[in-house]
Amino acid sequence: MIKLSVNNRDVEVPEGTSILDAAGELGIKVPTLCHFKLDDFDIENKAGSCRVCVVEVEGRPTLAPSCCTPATDGMKVKTNSVRAINARRSMLDLLLSNHPKDCLTCQRNLDCELQRLAGEMGLHQILFEGEQMEHEVDRANQSIVRDPNKCIMCRRCETACNVMQTVGILSAVDRGFDAVVMPTSKRSLDDTKCTFCGQCVQACPTGALTAVNRSYDVWRGLNHPAKFKVVQTAPAVRVALGEAFGMAPGSVSTGKMVAALRKLGFDRVFDTDFAADLTIMEETTELIGRLTSGENLPILTSCCPGWVKFFEHQFPDLINIPSTAKSPQQMFGAIAKTYYAEKAGIAPDNMLVASVMPCLAKKYEAARDEFAPNGIRDVDIVISTRELANMIKEAGIQFMDLDESDFDNPLGESTGAGVIFGATGGVLEAALRTAADWLSDEPIEDVDFTAVRGLSGIREATVTVAGKDVRVAIASGLGNARNLLEKIQKGEAEYEAIEIMACPGGCINGGGQPSIKGDTSILEKRRQALYVIDGDKAIRKSHENPSIQKLYKEFLGQPGSERAHKLLHTHYTERENA
Amino acid sequence: MLSADTKPRRTSGVRADSGLLNALHALQAEHGYVPRQEAMALSRRLGVPLARIFEVLTFYSYFRLEEPGRITLSVCDGTSCHLQEGPVLLKAIQALLGIGAGEATPDGAYQLNVVRCLGCCSCSPVLMVDDKIYSQVDPADLPGILKKHPPTAPKEAN
Repeated sequence: MIKLSVNNRDVEVPEGTSILDAAGELGIKVPTLCHFKLDDFDIENKAGSCRVCVVEVEGRPTLAPSCCTPATDGMKVKTNSVRAINARRSMLDLLLSNHPKDCLTCQRNLDCELQRLAGEMGLHQILFEGEQMEHEVDRANQSIVRDPNKCIMCRRCETACNVMQTVGILSAVDRGFDAVVMPTSKRSLDDTKCTFCGQCVQACPTGALTAVNRSYDVWRGLNHPAKFKVVQTAPAVRVALGEAFGMAPGSVSTGKMVAALRKLGFDRVFDTDFAADLTIMEETTELIGRLTSGENLPILTSCCPGWVKFFEHQFPDLINIPSTAKSPQQMFGAIAKTYYAEKAGIAPDNMLVASVMPCLAKKYEAARDEFAPNGIRDVDIVISTRELANMIKEAGIQFMDLDESDFDNPLGESTGAGVIFGATGGVLEAALRTAADWLSDEPIEDVDFTAVRGLSGIREATVTVAGKDVRVAIASGLGNARNLLEKIQKGEAEYEAIEIMACPGGCINGGGQPSIKGDTSILEKRRQALYVIDGDKAIRKSHENPSIQKLYKEFLGQPGSERAHKLLHTHYTERENA
Repeated sequence: MLSADTKPRRTSGVRADSGLLNALHALQAEHGYVPRQEAMALSRRLGVPLARIFEVLTFYSYFRLEEPGRITLSVCDGTSCHLQEGPVLLKAIQALLGIGAGEATPDGAYQLNVVRCLGCCSCSPVLMVDDKIYSQVDPADLPGILKKHPPTAPKEAN
């Protein structure tokens, strides 16, 4: 242990602790900008590049960047000496001298760490006026806008992209004044192996990486006089949306969310959870088929579009292993524009299907070539949880005063198995519930497969399904997924079923969710909220969902039928690993 | 001799990407530049993200990402040459070849580089073609100089 003092208060910390964390132990917060830490995922960016966290250390001639300077025995630290404050202000001043001052029209207005710091430090004028960067803004894809002119070279996105997700496309290029974070070969994100997971957007402290905003398109759709407007909401949205309105993390706002969507003008408010139940019908049929034949194992889940794009680029030899089941979002669109359109007497091309997703990759997924049969898109517009929150505010809806409302039927009825899709391990648990029932003579009593739950990056378990051992693994975060897949490729591990989600923790930590600002305890609260919703449901197995049973009886036939294959299954494409 | 097969040393405390610079040097020595496909192969071999390799390649001006022209024109922009109208000479060459500094002509015949001081300031402004020095070059001399270095045929691809 190391003893030091910070602002004349003594503290004892383990060796290797940074001055920043030692100060934190005392409740002293040193301002930071480039520093980014996700405690539960063991991810830390301490580039030491912004110099905003400098502190004065007695006997040291220069100021020390507290985020990357280890505390030493007997150290005497002053976090708020005049010299430190002056230096910090100058650093910020220099950063701002080459930063576009278009805060009022920036996507990150009121949600920008640079802006917040400038406010907290009380900067009143920019002392240094100089040359400004002039880089092209990359808007060529459906998910992420990259504006290098707002990049402050903190390298947080690089850590997210290279270390956490191991996608490996974002890095600093060129040097000196020209240095900027870019995708490899300065390509547009669209021409790279970017998975659009959006973790770089979550890591970015400024407006350099933001989500493509489609709320205006939703407004236009909602004001279209002839269109029949349908919306679906993903499981993870309901346990995070409330945070944007000051609700505590982990609050469940399903009823208010449905009410708000109705107020916005949607004709039907449906639930992606319904489609999640549908996904389980198809995916479990596939799982049981493979378990019975013993071929093509393990089965990998395919709900997550970031994960799908990841293996298409980086693991082409695995392209036939994932389930061919479409994601719940896409299944919903396909069923809404066929089964439901027919039932409701609406022409499919006259129906607008919007999605509210915790995810930025879902925007990309909805626009994939294969999801527009006969030129009609299954899902027309995808907005994120954050975009929905903004639309509710824009419309002047008092979210907290809303009375709770229920989803419309039939595409709004769902089970506890559907809602847990939002957390890592949920899809697998939902599939196990149905598989266990289908393979046993009697329905199972205990549906809680707690062995597959949790937030840790890779989890393994052997679960008993109808008397047989099934070896399962769950990975969330693409870096963890890579480790797991490489273990399998080397023959070091064998499983029958694997669930993979691109974002650490699953959809509750998606690129479109309200930012957790590095506080991973928020994820645990969101995760638990999903299991509370699950536990409160009368029906907790997907195949017992009456609306799903009716859908098969009236329209699809059996799971895995020809019609089900045509509407609910997809294929994957090998893509360049660059 | 450097080899592109440089493997990361597995000594404790040595980073996995420690063989990167050597490998990039070897690639440039072999090809005259670092071809994208080779960088991708290197990324897989060393387990270093392609993005990180690109960062190193763009940080050091020594590394090239495009195949250089076969005949190299180096215009000096050191202090003496700069004062003796080196920039005028550079502009004239750029106009003549239709390319910018650091670029190759579309047919791959000529490569135009700007260098800092070739060590013969008394001859400024200086133009070096491959390893031959031309002294006190006037823009009007350029067509004659280029005639002495006619385009060579591209190397056969193997």
